Amino acid sequence: MSDYNLSHLRQLEAESIHIIREVAAEFENPVMLYSIGKDSSVMVRLAEKAFAPGKVPFPLMHIDSKWKFKEMIDFREKYAKEHGWTLIVEYNKEAFEEGVGPFSHGSKVHTDLMKTQALLAALKKHGFDAAFGGARRDEEKSRAKERIYSFRDKFQQWDPKNQRPELWDIYNAKVNKGESIRVFPLSNWTELDIWQYIRLENIPIVPLYYAKERLVTEYEGTKILVDDDRMPKEFVDKAKMEMVRFRTLGCYPLTGAISSEAATIEEIVEEMMTTTKSERSTRVIDFDQEASMEQKKREGYF
Amino acid sequence: MEKNKLNIKEFLDRDEQKDLLRLLTAGSVDDGKSTLIGRLLYDSKKLYEDQLDALERDSKRVGNAGAGEIDYALLLDGLKAEREQGITIDVAYRYFSTNKRKFIIADTPGHEQYTRNMITGGSTANLAIILVDARTGVITQTKRHTFLVSLLGIKHVVLAINKMDLVDYSQEVFDSIVEDYKSFVTRLDIPDIKPIPISALKGDNVVERSENMAWYNGESLLEFLENVHIGADYNYEDFRYPVQYVLRPNLDFRGFSGKVSSGIIKKGDEVMALPSGKKSKVKGIHTYEGEINEAFPPMSVTLTLEDEIDISRGEMIVKPENQPSIDRHFEAMLVWMDEEAMDPKKHFFIKHTTNVTKARIDDIRYKVNVNTLEQSKADHFELNEIGRVVITTNKPLLFDSYKKNKSTGAFILIDPMTNNTCAVGMIIEKLNNKDLPSRINDINRERAQQGESLVSTREREERLGQKGQTLWITGLAGSGKRELAYVLERRLFDEGKTVVVLEGSMVRAGLSNELDFTSTDIAENLRRVAHVCNILNAQGVITVCAFRSPDESIREQVRDIIGKERFTLIYMDESLEDCKKCDEDLYRKAEEGLIDDVPGVDTKYDVPQDADYKIKKSNFEAIEELIRRI
Repeated sequence: MSDYNLSHLRQLEAESIHIIREVAAEFENPVMLYSIGKDSSVMVRLAEKAFAPGKVPFPLMHIDSKWKFKEMIDFREKYAKEHGWTLIVEYNKEAFEEGVGPFSHGSKVHTDLMKTQALLAALKKHGFDAAFGGARRDEEKSRAKERIYSFRDKFQQWDPKNQRPELWDIYNAKVNKGESIRVFPLSNWTELDIWQYIRLENIPIVPLYYAKERLVTEYEGTKILVDDDRMPKEFVDKAKMEMVRFRTLGCYPLTGAISSEAATIEEIVEEMMTTTKSERSTRVIDFDQEASMEQKKREGYF
Repeated sequence: MEKNKLNIKEFLDRDEQKDLLRLLTAGSVDDGKSTLIGRLLYDSKKLYEDQLDALERDSKRVGNAGAGEIDYALLLDGLKAEREQGITIDVAYRYFSTNKRKFIIADTPGHEQYTRNMITGGSTANLAIILVDARTGVITQTKRHTFLVSLLGIKHVVLAINKMDLVDYSQEVFDSIVEDYKSFVTRLDIPDIKPIPISALKGDNVVERSENMAWYNGESLLEFLENVHIGADYNYEDFRYPVQYVLRPNLDFRGFSGKVSSGIIKKGDEVMALPSGKKSKVKGIHTYEGEINEAFPPMSVTLTLEDEIDISRGEMIVKPENQPSIDRHFEAMLVWMDEEAMDPKKHFFIKHTTNVTKARIDDIRYKVNVNTLEQSKADHFELNEIGRVVITTNKPLLFDSYKKNKSTGAFILIDPMTNNTCAVGMIIEKLNNKDLPSRINDINRERAQQGESLVSTREREERLGQKGQTLWITGLAGSGKRELAYVLERRLFDEGKTVVVLEGSMVRAGLSNELDFTSTDIAENLRRVAHVCNILNAQGVITVCAFRSPDESIREQVRDIIGKERFTLIYMDESLEDCKKCDEDLYRKAEEGLIDDVPGVDTKYDVPQDADYKIKKSNFEAIEELIRRI
């Protein structure tokens, strides 16, 4: 019997596929939220696996904050096209036209309007009753207690005090009209698992994860990429070419680069295992108030 | 550099192959549980430097540890409110890896009021660490935790006897606690128990073997966790494959997607679909990578069969010579998880494998005192109470006993009103059907014979998720009653309510078509409408009635028939002049004497003094408060 052992990655994979299929079977109108990051890339591959040789029965949706790295948008278009996904892209039109952005409005206002509010409006507009997200429990303290099926009330809010018990692999999919769930099929994956799986499965990821000479500048204590001409001149002026890469991807002004030589997955893992910073610490938004991620989650951000 | 690269490749190749251990930690703050987990995480070098920075910052504000020492427990308390209260109150999942295994810790609080949290965390665990304070030994809490672990069918227990530093690392203390524990545990079903003396605070025997306890020759806690053999814990004997999803990408492919719950399936194996009993052979086992020859738990795959058999979600593929029980009636150990106490008359949703149906609790055999294991009679369960029950489901379930097969023996109950997971259960070895009590009994048969419904209004209301009631709209002709009625109907329908409108022209066209518009006939018409409302309300349906109903006395009669508590009176508060503008034709004819009995012209309209709501045509927004109340 000892031959019948699955490695931890294959166990995680099987668990995620099971979750994705349960949602597809029990909800009327699910959607997979796609952030174009490495976790999203793994989640998308798991969805493809769940329904192979068939087509995934739900669309991908990207909430575009309009400040994403250009390379992310190129990657999104190419991936969706090559893999036959139905792709929905939504953004907060009103705020965009008013010129909301991190440089002018700060990360808090920008994140609230262009991410949280845009997401809530998009979910409402399409009437999605289940939304997959690529969050992992090991990412951040407040996520450690979140369920795989995370219930949201009519106002899409999360109540950490009032979560449904979740046992075995039996998920409670009952929601009333107007209520919904967020589903986290990667809950039990760690950052290392994600990289190992990307390596094992040859999953394409945005090249920004790999080290390269890039034009970066100092902004609010982090090193950010000069990605377009919306960056204020004072920062552009002090920009210089450096060998850098990104550990997470978001809005370019809010995502710090790290100095790195790691240009392959192996080198990234090696760097990660010996590094001294955990991954979300390169995100400006997590620092703008105490327990800020929990606060954002209560309001509807993932 | 080149050599280094090779190393990381080798490392990854090897690391990808390591397996997974899920463990439960039970204990309270006082046992040093959080300190133990913190140390496991810390010492296994999972914690990166910036998380440590944050920790040192937090320790200065709320930490409980002595000055200068790191409070490991702070690494774990996730949510802000809990951090302020100084307790962990939910299940938190932690991850760490060594080069042998990846570990998932379900970290749960230990007090009795958190029994449900421990049950939740333990449901997926292969192993449980039960913490004992060396100074107090086996206490009530230890017994409770051990009982819950055995109830959940967790096969491996580490009895971690902590704070050995506070009893001078005494072997005598350790031995006597182990002896105590073993004499208690013989009453329960736990095959593998490993006692380890540790000090979480000082790090003795947590990761490294301790020099302070030379008398202990066994493995450290982490060594044990890395080496304990869990492969045999899966059931490889009984093939169970609950169908999750039917995959039909094209006409030539009909695949049944699912997770192998137990057993092993090979290409070519003879299989049977349940409950239909139709047989076929496995044509292919499909994955994203292509076909494979065999599948085993917990793999997620897609099966195709040689024959075209219709199988849908909720059905199960098994082997003909090894079938689960098929029944609507079984016994289970039930854990009540809801703040709201059990109402044994309620019908619940039950989710079992990929099946959802209705279930009721026929009988409570006993409840168990989780501290003493004593059994006592009970007529319902409160939060955290555990006991043995008899359950009947609407649709037959395909199940095994939990002891034999966790994945086909476990279920959850869902409250149909709140949708909360209100209880979880573990099925007990099937008894002979005749020995189980059922609630469709002789008394019920007798009631049915005598023309009494066996379905109560309350049950109907629970199913519909609403209270049967009548919204009665009164007002002058042209005041907008009918329009309001249909607006209300739409709004309530959108809120998920079951609602029926009754209004004059509709009733007059059928139910009351022989009646005239004299005051006696109007009274008769309204009497009939009131009785229709009464019947519908008793079925849980909401009725919205739009009738002029000008007489105070008739409205009172209507209210008496329907029942005061189900009756809401809405008055269309419009002046006669405004109404006339809306229905000029009618009022002109009435004034010319062509038609009679038009309130406000030749008969009077009693403006209700006791209306629950006054609505104006210009302001339908006012009904939102009414809708919220419903």
